[in-house]
Amino acid sequence: MTATTLVSKEAAPRAAGAARGRRSRRRARTVALLFVFPALLLLGALVVYPVLFSVGRSFFDASGTRFVGGGNYAEMFRDPATLKAIRNTTIWVVVAPALLTGLGLILAVLVEKVRWATAFKLLLFMPMAVSFLAAGIIFRLAYDEDPDKGVLDAAVVSVHDAFEGTSSYPTARGREGLLDQGRDGSYLSHAAVSPGDSVTLPLVGVLPGDLPRDASPARPAARRGAGAGEVRGVVYLDFTPGGGGKQGRVDPEESGLPGMKVEALRDGRTVASTTSSSDGSFRFTGLHQGSYTVKLPASNFAPPYQGVSWLGPTLVTPAIIGAYLWIWTGFAMVLIGAGLSSLPRDALEAARMDGANEWQIFRRITVPLLAPVLTVVFVTLVINVMKVFDLVYVIAPGPVQEDATVLATQMWLVSFGGGNNQGLGSALGVLLLVLVIPAMVFNVRRFRRSQR
Amino acid sequence: MNAVRRGLGNGLVQAFLVVIGLVWVTPLAGLFLSSLRSAQDTAKGGWWTALASPGQLSFDNYSALLKNAGITQAFWNTVLISVPTTVLVVGIAALAGYAFAWLDFPLREPLFLLVVALLVVPVQIGLLPVAKLFGQLGLFGTIPGVVLFHVAYGLPFAVFLLRNYFAEMPKEMLEAARMDGGSEWRIFTRLVLPVGRPAIASLAIFQFLWVWNDMLVALLFADSSSQPLTVQLQSQIRQFGSNIDVLAPGAFLSLIVPVIVFFAFQRHFVQGVMAGSVK
Repeated sequence: MTATTLVSKEAAPRAAGAARGRRSRRRARTVALLFVFPALLLLGALVVYPVLFSVGRSFFDASGTRFVGGGNYAEMFRDPATLKAIRNTTIWVVVAPALLTGLGLILAVLVEKVRWATAFKLLLFMPMAVSFLAAGIIFRLAYDEDPDKGVLDAAVVSVHDAFEGTSSYPTARGREGLLDQGRDGSYLSHAAVSPGDSVTLPLVGVLPGDLPRDASPARPAARRGAGAGEVRGVVYLDFTPGGGGKQGRVDPEESGLPGMKVEALRDGRTVASTTSSSDGSFRFTGLHQGSYTVKLPASNFAPPYQGVSWLGPTLVTPAIIGAYLWIWTGFAMVLIGAGLSSLPRDALEAARMDGANEWQIFRRITVPLLAPVLTVVFVTLVINVMKVFDLVYVIAPGPVQEDATVLATQMWLVSFGGGNNQGLGSALGVLLLVLVIPAMVFNVRRFRRSQR
Repeated sequence: MNAVRRGLGNGLVQAFLVVIGLVWVTPLAGLFLSSLRSAQDTAKGGWWTALASPGQLSFDNYSALLKNAGITQAFWNTVLISVPTTVLVVGIAALAGYAFAWLDFPLREPLFLLVVALLVVPVQIGLLPVAKLFGQLGLFGTIPGVVLFHVAYGLPFAVFLLRNYFAEMPKEMLEAARMDGGSEWRIFTRLVLPVGRPAIASLAIFQFLWVWNDMLVALLFADSSSQPLTVQLQSQIRQFGSNIDVLAPGAFLSLIVPVIVFFAFQRHFVQGVMAGSVK
């Protein structure tokens, strides 16, 4: 190795001639260039040249033969698909970094108050190790629309049903002529009812699977008379299995419909409500004299709540941002936590001594002192969010892809995924580059300052 | 009274963090449990039903996956892409980082500022031109092609990180080594690399994960015989729902390696990711 001999000579006694010194200096430069050459070659050929090429290519049409000037850039703001991508990327940039920085800050402050802080930080940071593809599959599973498959909709549906209740008979209809249908899908007793009367409310169209197991025949209850000041009745399935029953009559084998909400109306206003028991019977007591209508409200017949269509056209972008939060919150929290641990303890202690509460300390001291760290986290996230690709590409189902599209996916689709317009694709690539130029300037400036 | 209130507040904080922790664990647990269930069970109900009937769970999907030639091939491709990329990035960047920090050559300052500027260049802008270039060179669709692209786009950060780390070395240390008659190569291998070990470790872990988890680059530059796991799985996503017994264990296979790396090298991992976030 020439380099070896050269340097050892340089280290040799100064007696060596000036010419030799110059030669050795030139050799030292050659060595240095050999050291940087592989990096510069790769950067030049695969990064710098492509940037220049893309900038040039963006001024030509799809086939690359005709110069179109700024045509592709004008096209970008005309074409609905790329406009949508620009709009979605804007949503991403506005929403995700702010949410992440806020969440990271809150968690970083709170986690210091518990003893298992390290375990918690590890858990939240772990998704950073997971590929966007794997995270995409994880969230495709979680966001599945079917509440029997997607855990998120399962949770939403069970919360919803806990508050709103489930409708038991989505397919049931009132027997025509015997019950009137309200405009909202409810059913009303045809004839007016007064205290002391009993009514039968015949329904049909209940699927065998919808009939609760504890349902029992309605006939005994239907025969019971009502006392003074009360209205009794049964809601029943006006259908005898195997046939033979008479329409509108409570035949021996016909089942009551348990769990049906029943309301008593007077002058159109609900004055009492109850739920039918296992034989379909219900009872309103303490009614004043007068004429009533018995109503089966529409909620009995509402189709079951199916949860939220997370990956539908409207919610797909927020849903994907949710997956992004899962990945990046740990990053924000750990980085902000590092800043937090370097805050001057005495400032916080002094504030506490002065009787400031935790919220005041957070608002007036912690956040202002952390501002530089928060800025770094925020800017970092903005840069990353602008380039988001895999997550959108993986989570958005095929038909919704165009509703979820962002600049990076659009650039891919236009250039390679069927669009095959490399002029417009290059222009989108250049747009992505232009968007990160502020960060580029920031990095260069920060570096130069650090060198002084 | 104050103590009671503080205790109550702390209880609330703990409860809140526990809820957040659960929210974070649940999707991952869902993936893992889904990966252990048969296609029939998955069609019938969500993975949480397996908590009540653990009999559903088995490693059958995984043994099927290991017999699936496409998946095993893709797994090896992932290794064959990420390991050489990591070695090359670290090696090339260490050489350049040392030169930028301690050696003298023309245009040293402007060239390094260029490297700093390239830190944030999005991969997207390179796809089309490099695809053309690789097409002419016969590298398109090959593992070396994917590796070269990754190396090039990994270099700015790697050079930046190592140059800054090496620049912190005491000047006397290097001068002493030069006085002792060490060649630059000897100084580099015997002194600079060992001293730079912490930074190199963080860089290597960060780079390895970055490439292991990449989908975009391989989606374009790899063909069906050289594609990594991410691309292989991505190609099956279109039938999502009917093939969860393949996708879920596949995704788990693809994430378990980085997660092991994460837990094994927590400190380096966090440092690497933190430093790399400037990208």
